[in-house]
Parts: sequence; C-alpha cells; structure tokens
Amino acid sequence: MPKLATASRFADPDAAYLALVEARRNLSDAQAAELDSKLVLILANHVGDLDVLREAIALAKESR
Amino acid sequence: MNALRKSIYHYGYRRARDQDAETVVRHPVVVVGAGPVGLAAAIDLSLRGVPVVLLDDADRIGEGSRGICWSKRTLEILDRLGVGERLVEHGVTWKLGKVFCGDELLFSFDLLPEEGHKMPAFINLQQFYLEKALVDRSLELPNLDLRWKNRVVGLDRLNDGARLTVETPEGRYRFDADWLIAADGARSTLRGLLGLDFAGVTFEDKFLIADVHMAADFPTERRFWFAPSFHSGQSALMHRQPDDVWRIDLQLGPDADPQAEQEPARVRARLEKVLAPHAFELEWVSIYTFNCRRLDRFIHDRVVFIGDAAHQVSPFGARGANSGIQDAENLAWKLAAVLKGEAGHTLIASYEHERIQAADENIGHSTRSTDFMSPHSSAERRLRDAVLALAPSAEFARRMVNSGRLSVATVYDSRLSTPDNTAFAGAAKLSAPLPDAPLARRDGKPAHLLESLSGGFEIVYVKNGNPGPPAPEGVAVTVIGEDLLDRQGLFAERFDATPGATFLVRPDQHLCARWRSFDATAIARAHQRALQR
Repeated sequence: MPKLATASRFADPDAAYLALVEARRNLSDAQAAELDSKLVLILANHVGDLDVLREAIALAKESR
Repeated sequence: MNALRKSIYHYGYRRARDQDAETVVRHPVVVVGAGPVGLAAAIDLSLRGVPVVLLDDADRIGEGSRGICWSKRTLEILDRLGVGERLVEHGVTWKLGKVFCGDELLFSFDLLPEEGHKMPAFINLQQFYLEKALVDRSLELPNLDLRWKNRVVGLDRLNDGARLTVETPEGRYRFDADWLIAADGARSTLRGLLGLDFAGVTFEDKFLIADVHMAADFPTERRFWFAPSFHSGQSALMHRQPDDVWRIDLQLGPDADPQAEQEPARVRARLEKVLAPHAFELEWVSIYTFNCRRLDRFIHDRVVFIGDAAHQVSPFGARGANSGIQDAENLAWKLAAVLKGEAGHTLIASYEHERIQAADENIGHSTRSTDFMSPHSSAERRLRDAVLALAPSAEFARRMVNSGRLSVATVYDSRLSTPDNTAFAGAAKLSAPLPDAPLARRDGKPAHLLESLSGGFEIVYVKNGNPGPPAPEGVAVTVIGEDLLDRQGLFAERFDATPGATFLVRPDQHLCARWRSFDATAIARAHQRALQR
C-alpha cells in the first residue's frame, strides 16, 4: 500500500507553485540548489515518515 | 615521526617451560595479542578458572596509534576484571560534548543525564595506561601466562585445536591450543596465516592526529568543529586526556601528502592556529586513513577472532577498542562454560551471532558519521551544509548533525534469550547489559547493582513477602529487599520491578529472561537455553 499522497492536496495549486517559484526568483543556480536542499530537509522532517520519504524519492527518480 | 615519545613500559622476554618440553604441550586457550582486547579476554578467562597463555610479539607498550575514549559499558567490564576504579580515578571523566559550525556553537549534549551509575558515560585515558593496568592485573593471576617477544609465525589447524609455531629471541618452538583467540589487531598475523579475506570500504580522507602537551583551562568536554576558521573547510576534534595532554584530530582531505603533513614544522603551524595563544609541545603525531570492514565469519574451527582482527571502523564514535573489549567479554564466559562442560558447543557460535550484529551496527554508525563529515560529492556536500545551516534554528536538523555517534552497548537479537511473556517498561532491555542502579547493602553501605553481581549466571529477585526462593543449580540468587536494598527506588524504576519480579542475568551482565513472578521451572529452562544445552 503506497502511503505517499500524489493526488492534489492544495486548494489552490497555482498559489503553491507560485510560492516555490518566487522563493527562487533572482537566485543563482547554486543559491537555488542550497534553498532546495534546506526545503527538502524541512519538508521531509515535517512529513516525519521514512516510508513516505522513500516513496517520494522513488517517484522523483523515476519521473522525467 | 610516528612516535615522538618513546615507549613507556618495557617488559622482559622469559623462557617458557614449553620451550624445553620433550613433547608438544597443549593448552586449553591461547590468546594472541596483548593489546586491550587480548588482555581483557585473557584476564576474563583466567578469572573464570581457565588457564590462559597470552602471546605478544613486542615487549613494550606505549607505541602506535591509540584509543583514548573508554565507554561506560567498557568501564563496567573493566570493573568486573578488577581495574575499573583505578582507570576512572586516573582518567578524565567527561559527558559533555559541543558541536560547532564555523566558530559558532551549534549545540551541546550530555551523555549521562541520569544519576546512580557507578561508571561514567566516558573517560579519556591514554591507551598505554589502560594496557599497563591490565598487564598489572594479569600479573596477579597465577593461571595467566603472559609471554612477551613471542611472535606467531605458523598456524596449523588440527581437528580439535590449532598448532602454533612461535618465534622468540631464543628460537622457535611449538605448542597446541584447544582454542586460539586472535586478538592481534587490524594487521592480524593469524588472519593472514589463515588466508582470510578482510573486505570492506576504504575511505580516502586523510586525518592528522596529534597529542600535545599544553597547560590550558579549556573545559572538559568533547569539542567538534565543522569548518572552523582555524582549519578552513575541514572538521576538527579536540579532547582532553590526563597529564595536560590534549588530542587534536584534523581532517586533511583526500589529497593530503602523508609525508609532508608529518613534518614537525607543518604540524606545528596547523596546531598553532587551533591552540593559539597557548604554548604546546608535540607528544605524538600520525596521519591516518581508515577502513570499515569485517571478516565474514569470526569463528574458523577453533580459531576465534576478536577486536580489530575481526572488524575495523573509523575512530569517530569510540567504537574500535570499546567494541573489542565487548567482544572479549562476550566470548570469555562462553568459552569457559564450554571448556568446563557446562554448555553445548553451539554457545560459541552465539559469540559470532551476537558480535557480528554489534560489528555491523558499529560499521553502520561509523560509515554514516564519515559520510556526514566527508561528503562524497558537491551534491552531497550541499545537503550536508543545508543540515548545518538549519541546525541553529531547527531541532530536527541538530539531530541530523553527525560528528560521531558515541558507542553504546548493542541490544542483541539473541537466541540465548527467552522472549518476554509479559511486557516490561523501564530502561532494562532483554539481550542488553543491565542498566546500573544505586542500592545499599544489608549493613547500609552503598553499592551499585553491577558491581554486586557474582560474574556467573544470576537471578535478581524482588522480595515478595515470603523468604527468598531456592537457587536453581548453577545460578546465584540476589534478593532485592534483602541482600540489596532499593532505597531510592531506582532499581524498581529502571527494571519495572514489581514485587516478585525475577530477572535472569548472564555472566556478562546481559539480561536473558525475566518474569513477573519466580518460577523455578521457567528459570531452569531459560538457563539451559542461555547455555545452549
């Protein structure tokens, strides 16, 4: 049974995407990569479930 | 200049009676290697009534790369062997650690927040002092025959033992052993003589390790820096030892030139940046890399590998010598029980089963610490640096910062243990060493639980109105509330010990069964199981 939610959970998906876009506006590649690393850690801890994290990693790696 | 300091203690070669024997002499147990691990094994066996021959190829101690951090569980073992108090008195007791990023304090930690343990979380003490204490102890034991300048050059496997060829200053001689314990370190001669593969991961990063003599009033704590200004971009570790000696460990990266980095002027320049404005003298310097690896099997017929001869880890976490001494204790009582005919041969196999679990746990921790300190790529470094950047503001990130997870005893998945039939709360865990607890003797004198144990199988029973139960054969009985008094209630808390609760303890102080009430049949069955009879 997969535990990772892949159905949309945001009431306003465009606003969520915009927040992520705005966070990296005017950042260099290196700065954006640094930001993403922190975000990954913060959100992974918020999820707090290793199974979900592993499913998310698998999904990120297989989708292109 | 691997050893600025000359060796500290010298011992003499003495001719052994075996060398003049008409026929080949046979000994029940021969231990090869008189380092901390071999000495601990030999002393433990000797105290259990097994005559032991202990061989070492040198005749001195105080040279070579050395451990300094001795963990609580190791100290408890050494206390049982009779040197624990001496070592704690001599060593530097510490329990505080601080982790810095750049020059900012990220967080600090306390390793033993709980009172009522006889032994501290850690002491720092130069390995040669520990070896000296163990050698002194071994000289008190008439059935322990320590032979210096005895170098093993040949090993033939026999059906029920091993034949050794040993080189001495007076030539070679041979003798046989029912059991041979290989405690001859990371470059084990015996491993080589048996042609055993020692595979694992080699880490490329080079580290500078230095002991310096310095009068400084830095606090007694483990300090670890990620990328401090005094050592750009790399990690650094500082630890206090007795005699105003400080251990400094500096990461140099994979490309460092080991020869050039050991030049005294270069070492001094690096250390001045760390230690300024304090004046210091170099005691000992070395460059090291490390491996994480182990033997596939620790038992090869009658040859049993313990310590670094069986497994190697990085030094971060104090898991090398500490786990070796824990190997020694795990093997000693089992071997003694088998030699005395009290246990089945499969008890020896449980040494391998349990200590491979410990080795894998140690290798896992050590590898993860190393991966955190030395990221393999810029992508991995970015993630590591993100953890460090978040650490000051987020607790979850501080928990991910890994400067070495310090050694604690392994909880075995052990076939010697009888599974619980009711739930127990508290710190005590099945198949793990008992947590210590402060108690009082009948005469009111304070005592600790672990130092009060007999060293054999033992029932710890909580008094329940009636007089204490009869002891099953081969099992000592201690009654809490009679032999030992739990005035502070900490035994009850740590063991979830309700009246009548009964705990079966192995000779190595591990809990192997527990019940809510005393049941002689259940105890006898659990005892048989723990002896694999």
